[in-house]
Amino acid sequence: MSSSERTLEILKERFEDEILQVETLYDFLTISLKPEKIVTIIQHLYDHPETKFQYLTTLSGIHYPDQNQIAVMYQLHNLMSNERIRLKVFLPVENPRVQTLTTVFAGANWLERETYDFFGVIFEGHPDLRRVLNVDEMIIFPLRKEYPLEDQTREDKKDSMFGR
Amino acid sequence: METVTNHSASGIAMAERPDGLEGAGFFATSLEKVVGLARKNSIWPLPFATSCCGIEFMATMGAHYDLARFGSERLSFSPRQADLLMVMGTIAKKMGPVLRQVYEQMAEPRWVISVGACACSGGIFDTYSVLQGIDRIIPVDVYVPGCPPRPEQIIDGIMKIQHLVETESLRRRDSNEYKAMLNKYGIE
Repeated sequence: MSSSERTLEILKERFEDEILQVETLYDFLTISLKPEKIVTIIQHLYDHPETKFQYLTTLSGIHYPDQNQIAVMYQLHNLMSNERIRLKVFLPVENPRVQTLTTVFAGANWLERETYDFFGVIFEGHPDLRRVLNVDEMIIFPLRKEYPLEDQTREDKKDSMFGR
Repeated sequence: METVTNHSASGIAMAERPDGLEGAGFFATSLEKVVGLARKNSIWPLPFATSCCGIEFMATMGAHYDLARFGSERLSFSPRQADLLMVMGTIAKKMGPVLRQVYEQMAEPRWVISVGACACSGGIFDTYSVLQGIDRIIPVDVYVPGCPPRPEQIIDGIMKIQHLVETESLRRRDSNEYKAMLNKYGIE
């Protein structure tokens, strides 16, 4: 049994009902989960002697405009066996709320602030959910795909110059 | 214009002499021209360098191009002592208030040179997070285009600033037009 199969087995022991989809993309085990118990699941993978995913590589958002969903993606690393795992939860665009991961990883603090800053995901229980990179006055969440990348106040770029 | 002769052995002219009346043992000209001459050749620049244009500025300050030849060898890292604000590089919107505060801390008379495409117009960074030209928040005297501009271009911009400094009326900063211009940017 490969280590990723074992990881999946450990996950299924307690959280069989939470798993939506399992896939392996570019040798990277990716598991989609229901959002309600995500922190408990990550805590379990942290504590379990056979998984020990004790390092949070990254945490980010993804906007899927077609599904009208925002995903939050967690990448965990087991530094003992050098294994990695990606977990995804899908939230509705209208009200993207998920529990904060700062209770498990203190380092999730700024990553969650960044995800809030760019995607507007509300992390419930976060100690200080403010924008971290963009100006405080910004009223949009710029990496959501309904917002144009280009600055709308720029005057010197006429559409005709770019064949639009 | 004549050249002020330097009676040292080298015979190198330090500065151009302004027009005036000359006779035996005296030389008369207007105060404005003397002040302009002095200011022009002793500009203290404040480098506000945020990216690659700042690297070009370092080359400009180095031995090969040597901005010291233009009387600007003394960089001022305190805005209160600086005459010229040199903005070189991309200014993110979050940096905007910082740049503005630096400008407001400078004492009059003050000049601003915007070096490079990013500082002038946002450049290639046409995006939600970048200020599309520093002239949206502070007045600019000279624009230097380029991505990044070569040191020769930066020196050309400095010489344009020198020309402005030399020919500026001593009363300009008290004029209503100047105050109205600053008010347009919400300063004072």
